[in-house]
Amino acid sequence: MNGAGIIQGMIETARNFAGSYHDPERLTTVQYPEEKLPPVENARTIPFLVYDGGDAMAGLRCTACTICEKECPPQCIYIIKDLAKKPDYVGKMQLQPKVFDIDMSVCMSCGICVEVCPFDAIKMDQVFELSTSDRFLGLLFHKEQLAKPNGYFSQLHKTEAAEIDARRHEDKRKAEASAAARAAAAKPLPPGGVK
Amino acid sequence: MRASTSPPGCIGTDGEHTLLEVSMGPHHPSTHGVFRMDVTLDGETVVKLKPVFGYLHRNHEKIAEKNSYLGSMPYTDRLDYICSLTNNWGYALAVEKLTGLSVPERAEYIRVILGELTRLINHSALAGFLLQDMGALGTPLMYAFREREKILDLFESLTGARMMCNYMRFGGCRCDLPPGWIEQTRSVVSRFPSFLDEFESLLTGNEILQARTEGVGALPGRLAVNAGVTGPMLRASGINYDIRKVDGYGAYGRFNFRVPLGERGDVFDRYMIRILEMRESLKILDQALRDIPGGPIMDPKAKLRNLRPKPGEAYGRIEGPKGELGFYLISDGGPNPYRYRVRPPSLINLTILEDMCLGQTIADAVVILGSVDIVLGEVDR
Amino acid sequence: MRGLDQIFVWIGREVAGWAPAPAQPLVSAILIIAGIMAVFGTCFALTTIAERKILGRMQNRFGPNRVGPCGLFQPLADAVKMLTKEDIVPFSADKTLHFLAPLVMTTPIWLAFAVLPFGRNMSALDLDSGILFFFAIGSASELAVFMAGWSSQNKYSLVGAMRAIAQMISYEVPLVLSTVPVLMLAGSLSLNEIVAAQGTHTLGGLARWNVFTPWGLAGLLLFLIAATAESNRSPFDLPEGESEIIAGYLTEYSGFKYALFFLGEYLGLFAITGLAVTLFLGGWRAPFQWLEWVPSWLWFGGKFGVLIFLFIWVRATLPRLRLDQLLNFSWRFLAPLTLINLAVAAAWHWTGAWESAAAAPVRWVLCAALIALPAHWLGRALRGAVPPPRKYHYAE
Repeated sequence: MNGAGIIQGMIETARNFAGSYHDPERLTTVQYPEEKLPPVENARTIPFLVYDGGDAMAGLRCTACTICEKECPPQCIYIIKDLAKKPDYVGKMQLQPKVFDIDMSVCMSCGICVEVCPFDAIKMDQVFELSTSDRFLGLLFHKEQLAKPNGYFSQLHKTEAAEIDARRHEDKRKAEASAAARAAAAKPLPPGGVK
Repeated sequence: MRASTSPPGCIGTDGEHTLLEVSMGPHHPSTHGVFRMDVTLDGETVVKLKPVFGYLHRNHEKIAEKNSYLGSMPYTDRLDYICSLTNNWGYALAVEKLTGLSVPERAEYIRVILGELTRLINHSALAGFLLQDMGALGTPLMYAFREREKILDLFESLTGARMMCNYMRFGGCRCDLPPGWIEQTRSVVSRFPSFLDEFESLLTGNEILQARTEGVGALPGRLAVNAGVTGPMLRASGINYDIRKVDGYGAYGRFNFRVPLGERGDVFDRYMIRILEMRESLKILDQALRDIPGGPIMDPKAKLRNLRPKPGEAYGRIEGPKGELGFYLISDGGPNPYRYRVRPPSLINLTILEDMCLGQTIADAVVILGSVDIVLGEVDR
Repeated sequence: MRGLDQIFVWIGREVAGWAPAPAQPLVSAILIIAGIMAVFGTCFALTTIAERKILGRMQNRFGPNRVGPCGLFQPLADAVKMLTKEDIVPFSADKTLHFLAPLVMTTPIWLAFAVLPFGRNMSALDLDSGILFFFAIGSASELAVFMAGWSSQNKYSLVGAMRAIAQMISYEVPLVLSTVPVLMLAGSLSLNEIVAAQGTHTLGGLARWNVFTPWGLAGLLLFLIAATAESNRSPFDLPEGESEIIAGYLTEYSGFKYALFFLGEYLGLFAITGLAVTLFLGGWRAPFQWLEWVPSWLWFGGKFGVLIFLFIWVRATLPRLRLDQLLNFSWRFLAPLTLINLAVAAAWHWTGAWESAAAAPVRWVLCAALIALPAHWLGRALRGAVPPPRKYHYAE
């Protein structure tokens, strides 16, 4: 019949109209900013630096190896090494970054810096409300702005943080055990010879 | 079919026909991006059409010569920005051919699942945009995007981003499927056919749609083959060429699916072929989700950094949702490619636009452009 | 409930009574004009927000809902926006015509509201040839379209205006012809008489609206299709929506003049909807006799609202027609059908004696077939040979 297709189309539209009042499948709008969608574990927007403990600068995991700077495709990371070394979580002496800047207006959220970091020092954050009124330096994030605690990282990426924490705990335990063994081996013999 | 059917054009003062030259400029609601068409009209009929592009050129190929192989992967996301995962796959295939890496089973299945999901989102976006160009004020577009959102949520939970996924790596995939992802995908895929039925009931029988698309922009098969057209446009003209069947790359050889072919090659055929392809993709997805094996997702020999393939060249191609997407790489032994070339399907399909639009009215030119399915990121790179 | 029904008439009479005797007709006229402008101006504001919200709901999204409760103050925000925009007049434009075009568009439409009966005893002017007046005034606003296109001195606007004129003139024919059966059977050109002719009731208390007859139903459908085209609404919104090369005659208008064009278009829509309600849907009459207690202006308003919803619904669903398809549709389908409708109305009138329960269905079926079969054949002819449904074959 002529016009059947049009009538069918109109029935379809009417069904959506009626459905939008009672069916959440039909009206899928989320009224931002009053309602926000729950964050997804794997989502990535901009990178941030992880630190352990209370002091951000002393607990930074980053050792300024500059692998992320080399691998970053748009080259938005800028690192200057600080030659004063400090011990890391297993007690080994490591370098630290004096300057660690990321230009977020250039960053393309690819996550390659996270993939290549050997120290689990840089991870992807999930904040997207980054608007600033300062056009030039507002989106240039320095070390202080980038550093966030490990607790925050565990909240964002639970499974990954749990794995990393378990591994670091294991490494620390092994390092302490081998240090204790070495300390025991280096102890002087007790007086009276070996029994 | 040119002068005989055109109404009398603008008559000049000496009584001869004057032709009207119009530039459907880069700022235009219906040109799918910054794209210009210089159209010469005789009344309402198109007598000459010159596509002008390059407004979105971003030096993709030159940047790739400066970055390492891994560093180019996020840039390939931004070529055809609607289908980022298939772009990644094409590039990963090319590098794997160049370096001789092999991909484990589970990674192949994941790649097929993501590739077919990408085909679904591309074709539903296209159906929505085609009708938007025809003046349907966004209703089919909104329905299509409502379904796309579910698939984009799947991408976000797996790769971390909805649009710029950056997920394939040379020798496999970046990370494994999170728990529950397969079930979520299965539920999305099981609800998709009912959306397609709803969409078709809104559109396919609609007389106005049929009147505006049947017989418009017909592309004969021979001309399509000569022009290098690939993808759904070629299959709508009746030529059976689907790289998933011809090359059998990835795990496609294991799946049971058919390739729909059109007969007249007009806009309605191209639209219907894409709807039918969506149904075939759903079949592939069902099979892949059922049969996906466990195991590793990366080739153990693959390195993330400092990839230096031996000197040589490779061409890796896939059946992207828009056509044959190919990557041609020449390596000179260093960490950066010597030459990196993208074969963009949108650009090659666009070269035939003038032949399709001659003799049609200007309103049809917009609809024909919509059915070619271009994305300017790919045309201009 | 006579009181509530006649409340506006009563208010008008009371207020006019306070004026000195010689000035009373003038004061009464001004009250009526002010009333109509206030009501339909508010209706315009509400329709813009209702259209956006209904379109939104049909597209699975909210419409505007930030300004005011449920977005009801959105028209105010739009008005402020329109008023504060810069009024750009092109350098080479014909200034007088450019200025006058929006006024020529809106002013005749207000005049058209004068003859519509909004309720019992509630028509501003009771003209003997009300419908003739309505159509004459309505056609005057089409001149504004061409004035706008010509005065912009822009070849694209001119071509757009010419297409708009071609569309509007082509659809005048089915618009007017589809109302002729109503005039024939009511025996008068006066709109009040036409409503009165639909005032009697038949079996079960169902009112004798014209739409409950085959020729009335067909006439209403034809009238509504032609009305959609006359108001440049989707699927016939070629002049304003087809923005591929030609943004139409509205290109060179910005700010308040654009708002006036917009207002004129919507008022035209309201006037034609009011006419459709009067001619086919029984005006201010209730559908059943036992519902006569509801005020008449509420019935008018309700039917009006339903038709406006129908227009919005069609706009949300259908894509646009191309110009040549549009003109073919009018001349090769609608115009012949309206002429055949005349014959069907005549057949209905001659078989008036078949009112009894046994013969009434036969009468209905006969008249319905007389209009449905030609509609089917004309539709076939319009689409050319019916193309066979396409088969897509698959390769393995």
